Amino acid sequence: MAETTLAHIGRTEPRPAGWQGIAADWSSDQRAFKNVSWGKAMMWIFLLSDTFIFGCFLLSYMTARISTRVPWPNPSEVFALRIGGSDIPLILIAIMTFVLISSSGTMAMAVNFGYRRDRRKTAVLMLLTAALGATFVGMQAFEWTKLITEGVRPWGNPWGAAQFGASFFMITGFHGTHVTIGVIFLIIVARKVWRGDFDVGRPGFFTSRRGRYENVEIMGLYWHFVDLVWVFIFAFFYLW
Amino acid sequence: MGEATAKGLGQHALDSAHRHDATTTGVTPAEVHQEHPIKLYLVVWAWLFILSTCSYLVDYFGLHGYLRWSLILIFMMLKAGLIVAIFMHMAWERLALTYAIILPPVLVLVFVTMMVFEADYTLLTRMAFFGAGP
Repeated sequence: MAETTLAHIGRTEPRPAGWQGIAADWSSDQRAFKNVSWGKAMMWIFLLSDTFIFGCFLLSYMTARISTRVPWPNPSEVFALRIGGSDIPLILIAIMTFVLISSSGTMAMAVNFGYRRDRRKTAVLMLLTAALGATFVGMQAFEWTKLITEGVRPWGNPWGAAQFGASFFMITGFHGTHVTIGVIFLIIVARKVWRGDFDVGRPGFFTSRRGRYENVEIMGLYWHFVDLVWVFIFAFFYLW
Repeated sequence: MGEATAKGLGQHALDSAHRHDATTTGVTPAEVHQEHPIKLYLVVWAWLFILSTCSYLVDYFGLHGYLRWSLILIFMMLKAGLIVAIFMHMAWERLALTYAIILPPVLVLVFVTMMVFEADYTLLTRMAFFGAGP
């Protein structure tokens, strides 16, 4: 990453904290995010924009659910699984939640080992994260298949309000796409870590910029965000 | 909220990350590596599991009404706060970045308020013209 910034020109005086710090950071006519690289700042800003996308999806779901005269299908029953002769409510979704949280945990550890320059552990933990993410997508595919065979369509379903299918496929589909993209990027970054690209400063094949171990943390930001979105979907779509 | 959560988790964990506090009190390093003890992540991980179990149990025991909704929201916000503050390291970033990222989503709440009114109005007109239910 081209650190052409002014932060390197021997700035040594202390920076104010708190609200004065915010004003000083934003008004100094240099860079607003003083100790954050551009890669990390831009990932945060991308995640902010993604927040608005998922926010709008959940909002449209809320609007549809409030404004319909027909009762909303009970997610607790719709997503129940028959295990050992009895229906357990929402069990698949609960397992998916635990899988995704576990993948967030392994990702956080990968970032940590990355900064400790432990290539092996970082790569293994990232691949473990990718495996858990792929498991999550697999379970989501199972869930979609189950609902589609039961007759859920974007325009209707057997249990109630017709908007249920549209909201479900839109929200979980978009989230699943994010997880899938995350898995692909995890594998790419894990390969770079394994090969030692970040130790020797080997240029990336697409950007020809030298990567650093901070790339693992930026990758982690994306992955934790996917987990974060799931927290909101779980609360609002499945539990509400 | 993120910072408060982090402090509740154990001051010792934050103390070992104390060099980042240089960012608020002293010289700002050009680039900060977010390096914290593994134990902190494991503790947060365990808490996320506990909170997820709690929110699942809300559904399992079939709680209803305001109790259900408030419990869902509380567990959701606690989980989101832990992920953003600790896993995404927001608790240790400078406030300029924290507020730039955390404050804009608050505007979504304004949107929510608008759409609640709008949806209520739609429901009202549907009931007026199509009756209370099919």
